Amino acid sequence: MDYRNVLTTCIYCGAGCSLYLQVLDGKVVGVLPAKQHPISEGRLCIKGWNAHAFIHHEDRLTRPLIRDNGAFREASWDEALTLIADRLREVRATHGPDAIGFLTSAKCTNEENYLLQKFARVVIGTNNVDHCARL
Amino acid sequence: MAGLAAAFGSGAMTNSIPELEEADCILVTGSNTTEAHPLVATRILRAVEKGARLIVVDPRDIQIARFATLHLRQRPGSDVAWLNGMMNVIINEGLEDKEFIAGRTEGFEELKAAVAEYTPERVETITGIPADELRQTARIYAGAESAAIVYAMGITQHTTGVDNVLSCANLAMLTGNVGRPSTGVNPLRGQNNVQGACDMGALPNVYPGYQSVASPEIRQKFERAWGSTSDLKAGLTVTEMIDAAGDGRLRALYVMAENPMLSDPDINHARECLKQIDFLVVQDVFLSETAELAHVVLPGVSFAEKDGTFTATDRRVQLVRKAIEPLGEARPDWEIICDLAKQLTDHASRITHHAPRGWDYSHPSEIMAEIAALTPIYGGISYERLEAGEALQWPVPSPDHPGTPYLHKGQFSRGKGRFHAVSFKEPAELPDEEFPLMLTTGRIMFHFHTGTMTRRSEKLEQEVSEAYVEISAQDANALGIGKSERVRIVSRRGEIEARAWVTRRVPPGVVFIPFHFAEAAANALTHAALDPVAKIPEYKVCAIRVERIA
Repeated sequence: MDYRNVLTTCIYCGAGCSLYLQVLDGKVVGVLPAKQHPISEGRLCIKGWNAHAFIHHEDRLTRPLIRDNGAFREASWDEALTLIADRLREVRATHGPDAIGFLTSAKCTNEENYLLQKFARVVIGTNNVDHCARL
Repeated sequence: MAGLAAAFGSGAMTNSIPELEEADCILVTGSNTTEAHPLVATRILRAVEKGARLIVVDPRDIQIARFATLHLRQRPGSDVAWLNGMMNVIINEGLEDKEFIAGRTEGFEELKAAVAEYTPERVETITGIPADELRQTARIYAGAESAAIVYAMGITQHTTGVDNVLSCANLAMLTGNVGRPSTGVNPLRGQNNVQGACDMGALPNVYPGYQSVASPEIRQKFERAWGSTSDLKAGLTVTEMIDAAGDGRLRALYVMAENPMLSDPDINHARECLKQIDFLVVQDVFLSETAELAHVVLPGVSFAEKDGTFTATDRRVQLVRKAIEPLGEARPDWEIICDLAKQLTDHASRITHHAPRGWDYSHPSEIMAEIAALTPIYGGISYERLEAGEALQWPVPSPDHPGTPYLHKGQFSRGKGRFHAVSFKEPAELPDEEFPLMLTTGRIMFHFHTGTMTRRSEKLEQEVSEAYVEISAQDANALGIGKSERVRIVSRRGEIEARAWVTRRVPPGVVFIPFHFAEAAANALTHAALDPVAKIPEYKVCAIRVERIA
């Protein structure tokens, strides 16, 4: 049996509470509050106490999907990334960089947001990048 | 954020969450704090226990209002009027901070002229707030040693959202409540990393650290670092991208872990627009309503399966740690983006003129090092410091800087604080004969945003598993609607069905619907009218009617 508590940051509101994910044999089984944290001070709200609950849900996507004749089929990463690269290249060549847009995410990390805006600006050459801050 | 940036020079929460506990007066408006930010509410309630006076200005009788010295229930969409009214009282009674105004601000005479006509009596006719209660509120706020304003989307999600924020900033500067502990103008961000996404330049008009895309010097700096970059013209916002998809200007859209098909206003319109697009890629953990429309869906990972950082609403940069391996073939979003970048740039028919540098990172800490090098407010942030347990709130300009718990000490980011003369404007859509009620939307304690995660969390879904509409007894009686009866809610843009909750939480004439529920999506009803500057949709006011289902 391998049991660990991993200190991390809650994914719900913007308060930024710290919490521990309880990991048992590679599966997240629960949440514990973090006492030393200046915001959470050993407490969590009901969403925080349940921050682990969706992680292993059966609806999780585990393979890339490509739409073929209206329906999704599973695909390899290679096939999916090549298709995306080809189509983005094609749209950019035909309609210009500003015909492509990017939505980054308030749910993703700073590093991921940084990279996707860099991708939009460097690889595609557009400032069409935004996320749901306004929504 | 545009409002605060114009007034102060920085569009973020000015102070810190723990400081709220020491404030003498807290003005909460447009924030259902106990439900949407429970552990921020804890600090506010502790301040109340220590004797602080709490003022809540909100149309709904939300839980935190029970702890308030005064609860003002304004007509939705009338915020500029009551804020101007408070300033009218403060100036007329000589309660303003003259030293602060003279030394640290500009534009006071224009403000004074603009608020002169907003007498409490006139404000009462616009907002429904009794003139005497407005006077008392102004005196309490202006009389406090340290007064903090706390708001959330109830202030920003209006066609006058920027005006509302500017008015909050005006009020704080007028009374010298900026640049000291336990004061300030404090927007509570709704999502865990909205602050970080903005900080990272995930916006059409700025690079990381709010460095303008329109500045040739800034552009040159990023071009030097990255090898190439976009031009000086700002790009499209989310809502503009949806429209551009509809009229053919936008041909491809790449969506990372967002669900505009449930979070955008007027989603029937959004769906029609997104269906027009030639190529839609969605990267997410679940097959969201938006992913269902995609041409390619890539499996990203949850926060438990990757390392990184999030930035909380009070500018606090914190670690996210990998607890488990990615499920199935899912991959961290940062790895996916790097692979795709390499595919596009290593290809023989390279699509950019210069070979962009830097898509080889072995760990997110290396990405943070690049961010720090290019982003002055994150200049001193590193995984080493965060791993050592340092609490770092930006700006952190250098590795030996301790971070900044509150902004604008001694001087505003822009130099002098700028007052803006703002006048009241009505919301874009008001009730009429056909649609006689006002709809306002928001969140509830047990669910989050579009519900993609919380509705797949057993205990949270057990608590509240279906959409409902809060309606006053007066309106319910007039319509013949009984307790818990299913009703139809209709706007000019769409209709949904939900269960009626007959309650005193909403005043007559106003109904409230949470927007978490895809099967009864409040955003099928909402109006896509935008604030002209911030481009925020008016989620908090539109006209609807409620019908019995025959």
